[in-house]
Amino acid sequence: MINYIYQLTSPQFFSVKFEDIEINKKVIVRPRYMSICHADQRYYQGNRDINVMREKLPMALIHECCGEVIMDKTGHFQPGQQVVMIPNQPARDENGVILDDEKPLIYENYRRDSKFLSSGADGFMREFVDIEPDRVIPFENIPLQTAAITEFVSVACHAYSRLNKLAHKKRDAIGIWGDGALSYVIANVLRTKMPKAKIYVIGKNQRKLSRFSFVTRAFLTYNIPKDLQIDHAIECVGGEGALDAINDMIEHTSPQGTLMLMGVSENKVAINTRLLLEKGFTMVGCSRSGRADFEAAIALMQAQRFRRRLSSIIYEDAPVKNFDDMHRAFAADLNTPFKTVFEWKV
Amino acid sequence: MVFGAILAGGSGTRMHISNMPKQFLPLDNKPIIIHTLEKMLMCSKIDVIYIGVNPAWLGYMSDLLERYDLDIDDKIILVQGGKNRNDTIFNIINDIEKNFGEDEDNIIVTHDAVRPFVTLRILNENIENAITYGACDTVIPAVDTIVMSKDAEQIDNIPDRAMMYQGQTPQTFKIGLLKSLYKQLKPSEKNILTDACKICVMKGAPVKLVRGNSSNIKITTISDYNIAQVIVGGKIVELEENDK
Repeated sequence: MINYIYQLTSPQFFSVKFEDIEINKKVIVRPRYMSICHADQRYYQGNRDINVMREKLPMALIHECCGEVIMDKTGHFQPGQQVVMIPNQPARDENGVILDDEKPLIYENYRRDSKFLSSGADGFMREFVDIEPDRVIPFENIPLQTAAITEFVSVACHAYSRLNKLAHKKRDAIGIWGDGALSYVIANVLRTKMPKAKIYVIGKNQRKLSRFSFVTRAFLTYNIPKDLQIDHAIECVGGEGALDAINDMIEHTSPQGTLMLMGVSENKVAINTRLLLEKGFTMVGCSRSGRADFEAAIALMQAQRFRRRLSSIIYEDAPVKNFDDMHRAFAADLNTPFKTVFEWKV
Repeated sequence: MVFGAILAGGSGTRMHISNMPKQFLPLDNKPIIIHTLEKMLMCSKIDVIYIGVNPAWLGYMSDLLERYDLDIDDKIILVQGGKNRNDTIFNIINDIEKNFGEDEDNIIVTHDAVRPFVTLRILNENIENAITYGACDTVIPAVDTIVMSKDAEQIDNIPDRAMMYQGQTPQTFKIGLLKSLYKQLKPSEKNILTDACKICVMKGAPVKLVRGNSSNIKITTISDYNIAQVIVGGKIVELEENDK
C-alpha cells in the first residue's frame, strides 16, 4: 500500500513522501489524535542548530499520538482497537527481537542504538503508521483527546520511576521548577503516587501557576520563601530559564537530595557547582520514556481524577485535514499555554 | 452496507511496455491494483470489496490475491468486468444483490484500479457524502484553463476556470438511486455515458463534490506510470520515442 508521510522539509514547509508499506508484517494504525510537543515546535520554527536541521530533515513530526488499529496480521490486536504508539524504537536483531530485552542495563530511551520517531526518523504525521506490535499499547476508557498526550504522561511516569529508584527515602517535600505542561503533568503523577508528600511548584507566570490547584503551594520565582527546603527537586524549565531554575534548586534542596533535570536547553548552563558539591547532590538527566512508562501512564489515566486534571491543560484545535490546517495547528500551539491536540483527518 | 468496487475491467495495453493491462503493472514492487486494493482494505467503513476484472484476467487476479495474502473470501469478491465502465459497475451491483440482498441504502464506492494514490480521507468523505446526498464525485479544481472545441480545429468557448474541476475517483452512490436513474435512461443516452456520475447529472439528481487530491493520479500513459514510479521511488521505464 502506498502510504502518505507528511514531512517537514524545512522550517514551516511541509511536503509529502510516498512510501510503499507492507500491510502484513506489522500493526497498521490510523492516527486519530495528535499532540504537539515543544520539540516538534522547535523543528517547525527552525529553532534548532542549522546542522541538526540539515541532518534530521526532511522528517515527519509528532511523537504524541493515539490511533485505531486498522489491520494486524501479527495477531496481537483487533481492528478498531484504540491504541497509543511508543515513539522510541529500540534496536532489534535480524529476527526482530529487541536487543538485550531480557535484562536491560540501560533504559531503552537512553540507548544509543535506539531511534526516536520525530527525531531522526519519521514521526506520526502519516496517513497510516506501520509499527511493531511491542510498540503499541491498547487502552480503554480514555477520551482520545487525552489519550493523545499519553507519551507526555509517560515521560512524567519515567521521571517518577527514576526518582523513586534513585532518591533517598526522605520524600516529605518535592519541588518542581516550571509552570508549563510538563511540570503540571509531573505534579499530577507525584500527587497520585506520593499522596503524603508536600509538592511545591515554582514558576514565573501567575496565570499558569493558578492551574496547579492540587499541589501544596505554588510560588513565583522571585517570591520563593527563603527558608523553603525540599528533599528533592525536578527541573521542567529548559531554555534560558534553566539557569535560574537549577541554581534555585541547588539553593533550596536539602543535602544529598536528588536534582532531576528534564528541560531542554539549546545553550550550556552555568550552575553553582560549589554548593552542589557541598550538599552532595545526585543529579539525574531524564528524558523520553519506554514501554514500561507507557503502561504506567495508561494505568494512571484510568482514574477519573487524574484524567480530569490532564484534560484541563488540553486545548483542542480544529481537525487537521490538509497542509493549511497543519500550519494553523502549529501556529495555534504558540498561543496555547499548555498542550495543543488535534484530530488527524488528513 | 458499504461496498467497494474497484474497476479493472479494461484489457488495454496501450503503454506498449508490457502485454498486460496497466492495472497489473508493477509500481515499486507490487502490481498497481494491489496497492489500490490494500488502500481500500484500510477503510473500515467498507464492508466488502468487489473487483471487476476483464474475464481473460480473472484467473491472474485471483492468483495475485493469493500471492499477496489477500485471498480473504468474505471481504474481497471478484466478478467479471463488462464491456464498459458502467457495465462493470452494474455487474458488481447485480452480484451484490444476489449475495447480500437488495437494500436501496447500500452504498457503492466505485474506484479506478489505476488510482493507487487514493487516501483514506477521500474514501471516508465519499462514503459520508453518499450517505447524506445519495451521490458524490471526487474532484480537484482545474489548474489549466479548459478550452472547448467541437471540431478540434477552433475554440468554441473558454469556460470560467473557477467553475471547472477535474474528475477523479472514487465516485460513490446509493445503489438504489443509481439503479433507478439508470433505468430511466434511453439507450441513446446510455451510449454517451463516460462515467457513472453522468447518470445522475443527466437525470437531474444532485451529486456532491468531494475534495480530491492532486496526487490521486490515474495511471494511464507511460508518463503517468513513470511519474508514479518516481513518486514511490521505483524504477523508471525507458521511454520509446512514440510513447513520449
